[in-house]
Amino acid sequence: MNIIIPIKQVPETGNVKMDEETGTVVREGAASIINPLDLYAVETGIQLKEKLGGKITVITMGPRSAEKALREAISMGCDDGVLISGKEFAGSDTWVTSYVLSEAIKKIGDYDLILAGERATDGETGQVGPEIASFLDLPMAAYTSRIVELNTESVVVERLIEEEYEMLRLSMPALLTVVKEISYPRLPTLRGKQRAKKIAIPVWSKDSMELDEANLGLKGSPTRVVKISTPQVLRNGMVIPADDEESTVRAVNQMLDFMREKNLIR
Amino acid sequence: MNYQGVWTVSENDQGKLKGVSYELLARGRGLADKLGNELASVVIGHNITDEAVEELIHRGADAVYLVNDPGLRHFVVENFSAVLRDLINVYKPEIVIAGATTYGRTLMPHVAVRVNAGLTADCTELDIEEGTGNLLQIRPAIGGNILAEIKTPERRPQMATVRPNLIKHAEKDERRKGEVVNVEFKAEWIDRRVEHLGFRKSEGENINIQGADVVVSGGGGLKKKENFGMIKKLAESLGGVVGASRVAVDRGWMSYPHQVGLSGKTVTPKLYIAVGISGSIQHLAGMKTAETIIAINSDSDAPIFKVADFGIVGDAFEVIPALLESLDHY
Ligand SMILES: Cc1cc2nc3c(=O)[nH]c(=O)nc-3n(C[C@H](O)[C@H](O)[C@H](O)COP(=O)(O)OP(=O)(O)OC[C@H]3O[C@@H](n4cnc5c(N)ncnc54)[C@H](O)[C@@H]3O)c2cc1C
Repeated sequence: MNIIIPIKQVPETGNVKMDEETGTVVREGAASIINPLDLYAVETGIQLKEKLGGKITVITMGPRSAEKALREAISMGCDDGVLISGKEFAGSDTWVTSYVLSEAIKKIGDYDLILAGERATDGETGQVGPEIASFLDLPMAAYTSRIVELNTESVVVERLIEEEYEMLRLSMPALLTVVKEISYPRLPTLRGKQRAKKIAIPVWSKDSMELDEANLGLKGSPTRVVKISTPQVLRNGMVIPADDEESTVRAVNQMLDFMREKNLIR
Repeated sequence: MNYQGVWTVSENDQGKLKGVSYELLARGRGLADKLGNELASVVIGHNITDEAVEELIHRGADAVYLVNDPGLRHFVVENFSAVLRDLINVYKPEIVIAGATTYGRTLMPHVAVRVNAGLTADCTELDIEEGTGNLLQIRPAIGGNILAEIKTPERRPQMATVRPNLIKHAEKDERRKGEVVNVEFKAEWIDRRVEHLGFRKSEGENINIQGADVVVSGGGGLKKKENFGMIKKLAESLGGVVGASRVAVDRGWMSYPHQVGLSGKTVTPKLYIAVGISGSIQHLAGMKTAETIIAINSDSDAPIFKVADFGIVGDAFEVIPALLESLDHY
């Protein structure tokens, strides 16, 4: 079972704080980590490899420093990494990103399964997984919450949709995007860390994949971010205490009044 | 460029249209009117009734592209993508919008690749730029901490998914007339590599927290699983569903489909009640666009109060039972 896992490096939000004056986020000093939702894909891949053998290649497109994310995934148990990097890729939107990742996946070749996180915690588009499936014309299940059955011919999965779970059978090779419910990511092992430190990670440019620069980066991207603003999130509504029976009754009554005013209850 | 008109991709369940379809019509109508163009809606599925098609017209569609066939009974992205790709290639709409639901967010990226179009995810606002007529797509990113305005200046169609439950459904006007285009089914649309095997209901609580008007969520402050009982009761008496913070999910008090936040779902109910939830950045990412937010927390410094419209500083184990009692006497 050969698996390829595209991952993304994102700013860590774990220590991010909200500026209480402006209601905006303070991101200074935020470290870069593997997109937390990609870890579920990495864990799922490692579990499949442990059961069925084979090899896991993690790939990412990003700045040189994104190599760290690949090494982290390798320290958890992935085998190889490929970094796609170069200024020609800067500013790529999801369409171009998935195009480039698809070309890289083709070049790696010999895979049975592509696993991806549901979305990245920075861009939050959730588009790259489905777009890769579309470029590579692979059967896809998005929002996969469970792998029910898997063999060399096909995979049966459950996907989490709004009201329920849907079961699909896909013939292999296939692409799954996964949600948190599918697994619990492990921590890197010491041996994994040592291996990750030493392993050579090839860096691919547009030339390694014979890509036309016109289709890459900002220039090749159909969509353009034209403005960024920080929304005001503070509402600073009325806050009242409930510290004994009397004040609790009062607070509850005020809450009901408030809800009535807003037509939330009659 | 001869791309023209605005399309919405309607969603249906066994032939019955979902509410998001009417929300899309409201968005689409506004865009089409600004452009002085037609609004059409695409419906793909099986057993789609004439009434359902009529309703799309009554609620604002000038035309409906109906693709109704047993082969399309279930949403299989490969099949639906092939249908939508062909329709787009033939009729060349300028704008195509769908719900930012699991349906839209699976289908639209698949199609965007096939038709070489730009796609913007999970928009909260759409508008038409004066002068250029370009679609302006506004969407939150980084856990809702920034708002990005995005354009697709050159490629057509301009595609977007739109976060559901943000605006009112388009009004019904039974006098409205429109054209129905019956699209003939093509066997080649069906991808034999994918098979729909069935659905499984989740045990216990309703998990459709994104479709609910009221979400009552519990967090670490509830201390143990059993205490979610009172959260469920409160949700029930308000006609809502139960949500949870990651702490509550990771401790096994509620299942993952109930998780609200950065690594869970984004909800936009009319009312969100957070009980024993601190209000971390990651939790806020999933609920701060709720219309009204009420927080109940014993710590007056909990950040959740900053984003709340109304808050009670108190012990949830005192406040919630008192609240339930008052609601009972209602
Ligand atoms: C990458 C990443 C993704 C994440 N994704 C999510 C996500 O999707 N959703 C999410 O929720 N979190 C997420 N988190 C976790 C998040 O950072 C917080 O840890 C989490 O939201 C805290 O949950 P909580 O507020 O319920 O629990 P706690 O932090 O334990 O807070 C409990 C609160 O309850 C209050 N309390 C205690 N006792 C009582 C009482 N008797 N009555 C009333 N109030 C009481 C306390 O004052 C406190 O404010 C994520 C974190 C990371 C790093």
